[in-house]
Amino acid sequence: MTDTVAVFLFVGVVAYCLLGGADFGAGFWDLVAGGAERGRGPRALIDDSLAPVWEANHTWLIYCLVVLWSAFPRAFAAITTTLYVPLLLAALGIVLRGAGFAFRKASFTTAHRRVYGAVFALSSVLTPYCFGAVAGGIASGRVPTRGYGDAVTSWCNPTSVLGGALAVVVCAFLAGAYLTVAARQRSGRSGLFGYFRRRALAAGLVAGAVSIGGIFVLRADARRLFDHLSGRALPLVVVAAVAGAAAVVLLWSGGTRLLREIAALAVALVVVGWGVSQYPFLLGTHLSLTEAASPGSTLNVVVAVACVAVVLIVPSIVLLFALAGRGSIGADHARAGEAR
Amino acid sequence: MTTAKELAAGLLSAAPADPAQLLPARQQMAFTLGFHIILVPFGIALTTLMLVANWRGLRKGDAEALVLARRWSKVAAVLFAVGAITGTVLSFELGILWPGLMRDYGAAFGFPFAIEGLFFFLEAIFVSIYIYGWDRMRPWAHFWSGIPVSLASVGGAASVIAANSWMNQPGGITVRGGRVVDVRPGEVFFNGAFWLEFLHMFLAAYIVAGFVVAGVYAVGILRGRNDRYHRLGFLIGFVTGAVVMPFQILVGDTIARAVYDDEPVKFAAIEMLPRTGSHVPETLGGALVDGRAQYGLRVPDLASLLAGFSPSTTIHGFEEVPAAVRPTQAQVNIVHWAFDVMVGTATLLLLLALWFAWLYWRRRQDFARNRWLMWLAAVAGAIAVLCLESGWVVTEVGRQPWIVVGQLLTRDAVTTRGNMWAVYAVVLGVYAGVGGGALWVLRVMKRRWGSEGDTAVAVPYGPAPGGGRQAVPAGRSDEGGRG
Repeated sequence: MTDTVAVFLFVGVVAYCLLGGADFGAGFWDLVAGGAERGRGPRALIDDSLAPVWEANHTWLIYCLVVLWSAFPRAFAAITTTLYVPLLLAALGIVLRGAGFAFRKASFTTAHRRVYGAVFALSSVLTPYCFGAVAGGIASGRVPTRGYGDAVTSWCNPTSVLGGALAVVVCAFLAGAYLTVAARQRSGRSGLFGYFRRRALAAGLVAGAVSIGGIFVLRADARRLFDHLSGRALPLVVVAAVAGAAAVVLLWSGGTRLLREIAALAVALVVVGWGVSQYPFLLGTHLSLTEAASPGSTLNVVVAVACVAVVLIVPSIVLLFALAGRGSIGADHARAGEAR
Repeated sequence: MTTAKELAAGLLSAAPADPAQLLPARQQMAFTLGFHIILVPFGIALTTLMLVANWRGLRKGDAEALVLARRWSKVAAVLFAVGAITGTVLSFELGILWPGLMRDYGAAFGFPFAIEGLFFFLEAIFVSIYIYGWDRMRPWAHFWSGIPVSLASVGGAASVIAANSWMNQPGGITVRGGRVVDVRPGEVFFNGAFWLEFLHMFLAAYIVAGFVVAGVYAVGILRGRNDRYHRLGFLIGFVTGAVVMPFQILVGDTIARAVYDDEPVKFAAIEMLPRTGSHVPETLGGALVDGRAQYGLRVPDLASLLAGFSPSTTIHGFEEVPAAVRPTQAQVNIVHWAFDVMVGTATLLLLLALWFAWLYWRRRQDFARNRWLMWLAAVAGAIAVLCLESGWVVTEVGRQPWIVVGQLLTRDAVTTRGNMWAVYAVVLGVYAGVGGGALWVLRVMKRRWGSEGDTAVAVPYGPAPGGGRQAVPAGRSDEGGRG
């Protein structure tokens, strides 16, 4: 039962990376879209793509938190007492990002929009970096079982920096790929399509480079993780690399067929690879899932909740995405034409 | 511990034995929860009022009702956005501020939040569908897409109340060696305090949302916009609040007796009663000074009478429990005053509702022309919020010094790491910005609705403005509203 819960928890982590991550990445592209005039087109597309779905995407984070603290309460307390600084920064980023995005849409003067937009965009980089750093601290065993680990080195260390940097570029890559497809669907092959295609390509290459560099970081800093990534998780890593390469080739050649899926697959496999490598430990190499787990009846409830989620939430999300995608709700197609 | 020390330990400084983080952590939790709780009624009840207006609009071809529904949905979306982010902060705070609670009792206290997450997920999805569905879905399909929002918000609130009420009356767990070794989920969720606390909050949501909505349109009417749109908006809100109010008084009275039975220390704090006795007077106002209730208005025997229907009913004083697990004098005063404010404001609202009922029954005068009524209705929303907050203070401060009654002291649950005053300061600043921003956005929306009509206004979760240069897909813009 513990393993089942762990799998459900990890499904949430992967979903948050793929969906929430893409939203953060969109914020990154918003940040670097240039001045108000130059960045208008890309920002409009980002707004339109994000607005209907980002609240639902954000909810995956809540899902991960509640499953973690219900099923593995000791690990949750250990993480929050050790990594409270990056967690607080991430929370700050989430608040500012949500508020900045929401208020930007409602403000009309350029000055206001600029302030809220900057808040939205900056916090879109801060939050994934912090979450990546948190993951690095957990993976490299810097969170002691009893909590209250080193408040600085637990997230300022090679693996955490790698995690943070990787999170930011992977989010940018995912968002770039999604936005490339969205731009293609709305305005054909010109304009924004090329704009996001070039950026997704660059992000993909950087993400690949960071991943390769990361191998050496892990080898020096988180040996067990490295051993398993190059051992039992190797097939996943290889497929992830192939998918990443395929996405880059697709972007290079200007194709969009299955681009989103392939990019998402690459990222998902990296995250799953981390999970597989760390198994059966929840914290570093010292607290196993079984040791951290709640009594069985709580785990049953969590699994039941997850099953209900599959039955209720998944069709609802599909409905939302379908409605947002085909224009029944969400962005006007008429608008994309002038978004230049 | 002497009384003078206790007094000092109250509001402004921590007792020597407490971790330095305890006071800022409690203040921060109180502030962020107190902020978040204001948004809850709108998720639960404003969405329902919106559906009522939507239904009326479609059923009776009432254009004004549809405009109300459309605008309320956009207001609900803004408040939902703020609620979502402040709710996320709360889930971080549970771990960062109260690791002891999560570590030792997460297995029981935590899982209702997992259920809440499920409801929140549904709410987030269908809020998007409903908000974006205006003019883009068939009117009745659109109406039905709003129903899950309303239902899910009730389920979500019930789940959070389950966790909170469990802290007041923890059941369904077996603790061995300081660790929860067995959890009986049904007993945890439907603990002894759950049903009444949930019902109380559920009704409070309708009261707050109803009176706040009514207040907005009362202000409009007072400013001379006495048209059908404003009167309808006022009526839907006010009648909702007014109808619920008497039931809330009944439920509150029942809860007071349940607290007398099940949470005697909280009841003693409410009654400001250090020593056990019968023929206990009800003290209105006043304060506990040097361990004695002083000042205030004393009604002989009333507390005993209310608690057990007889003046000879014995009420236990809080000095019955050992000093180490006794609420401080300052805490008792806070609980007592919060209770008085809650009952006082609730009584005001009840009188206002009765007056309206009287006017309505007599039909002598157009209610909207009664400026006194409109003035009182205009501030009724703020009074209802005050009532909600003070009721919540009674529950939470009344549980102190326990975080989980009889199981875990608040001081043992708090983090012992970090400068939480600094964190609290940042939180205050950020929340001031977010709260101010939200109010500003709502004002901008209102102004533009007034000057440019209904569809011109973009909202955080709404689609791009339909009218003007950005055309709504042809043939859809006239469905479901006047937009």
